[in-house]
Amino acid sequence: MKCRSCRGPAVIDLPRHNANFCGEHLVAFCREQVRRAIAEFEMLEEGDRVLVAVSGGKDSLALWDILDHLGYETTGLYIGLGIGDYSEDSAEFVRHFARERGAELLEVDLASRHGYDIPGAAQRTKRTPCSACGLSKRHIFDREALAGGHAAVATGHNLDDEAAVLFGNVLRWQLDYLARQRPVLPARDGLPRKVKPLVRLTERETAAYCIVSGIDYQVEECPMSAGNKHIGYKEALNDIEATSPGSKADFYLSFQRRAVQHFEQLGATAREALRTCTSCGAPSPSDTCAFCRLESMAGQPVELRSERTAIGDHATTTTGTMDET
Amino acid sequence: MAEAGPTGQDGRVLVKLRNPTRELVVEGPLQVSVLLRRLELNREAVLVIRNDELVAGDTRLDDGDTVEIRPVISGGA
Repeated sequence: MKCRSCRGPAVIDLPRHNANFCGEHLVAFCREQVRRAIAEFEMLEEGDRVLVAVSGGKDSLALWDILDHLGYETTGLYIGLGIGDYSEDSAEFVRHFARERGAELLEVDLASRHGYDIPGAAQRTKRTPCSACGLSKRHIFDREALAGGHAAVATGHNLDDEAAVLFGNVLRWQLDYLARQRPVLPARDGLPRKVKPLVRLTERETAAYCIVSGIDYQVEECPMSAGNKHIGYKEALNDIEATSPGSKADFYLSFQRRAVQHFEQLGATAREALRTCTSCGAPSPSDTCAFCRLESMAGQPVELRSERTAIGDHATTTTGTMDET
Repeated sequence: MAEAGPTGQDGRVLVKLRNPTRELVVEGPLQVSVLLRRLELNREAVLVIRNDELVAGDTRLDDGDTVEIRPVISGGA
């Protein structure tokens, strides 16, 4: 198998592109896919300051690396979820990545900042762990992006993630979710712009990018994600992809190009119903937002803190002291 | 295919898998794509790494090689 670009030995075959690549040209391919996604969906402008949500996994670290190479001014945001050894390990992968590059990393620890962790929140609120985790992350991403004056929050959702979510939304014809399933959500009413620059890359490609780029990432899966229905959707889509390469990309990208606009009127109706959370000021469909309700049920009073660490010069300064209680 | 014995790969191809973590030994030589088919693994869901380097589906694995089959499907979406 030879690289499509240089005819040297290939390290990966990508049937959906009818192409094989060596390590060097796989890296170039991945960066080009991200550049094209950003351009097609008008996610970012040249030189934007971007807050990159990082978990220590392959997707978010690949995203951070690629956005850096594309010339964006990036800051990583890591949230300590309190999931035992898994969270401790994931934090080390992120810190190692930032330290090697002298990159700015912002850390928010749920337990010390908000008085709860994900296992405890799931237990006390009867939410699934993934639900409590997603809600917490979204709220903190928004808050920290606005506080830091970032143009956008970038997350590592890849083509497999988005195709699986679309698959689930279509299975149940979740019209309101379909209306909002865009790779870029514009800033509005107290919410920052959110972008998903990896939507043209599969997770096999982002993992390969990390390996050939020498990026150490957390391979182990979150122990609380067992039974997550999206994993089943991904497996089903991969079965289709194996016999019909390109199906996942067609499914998701054709939805974006030809179908999502037909669902948007429903989304507009939902947006008009938003008001302001009386506790934290975030947009919310009710007087108290879902995050503040979660924090109230799951959390205990704590001394609030947030740390912004400039890894390159080993300086640590405390910057965020937002009162939310 | 057999579970790896306590003394290692016994001159054959040692295959390391995750979720759950386990090791197998297989007779070489064989292609990566053949190995994945034998293990009933979808190539979209894994990468194969030999000596810290990715290897493509047509790569021949020989006795004495150690390969890691790394899953790429993550649960967060």
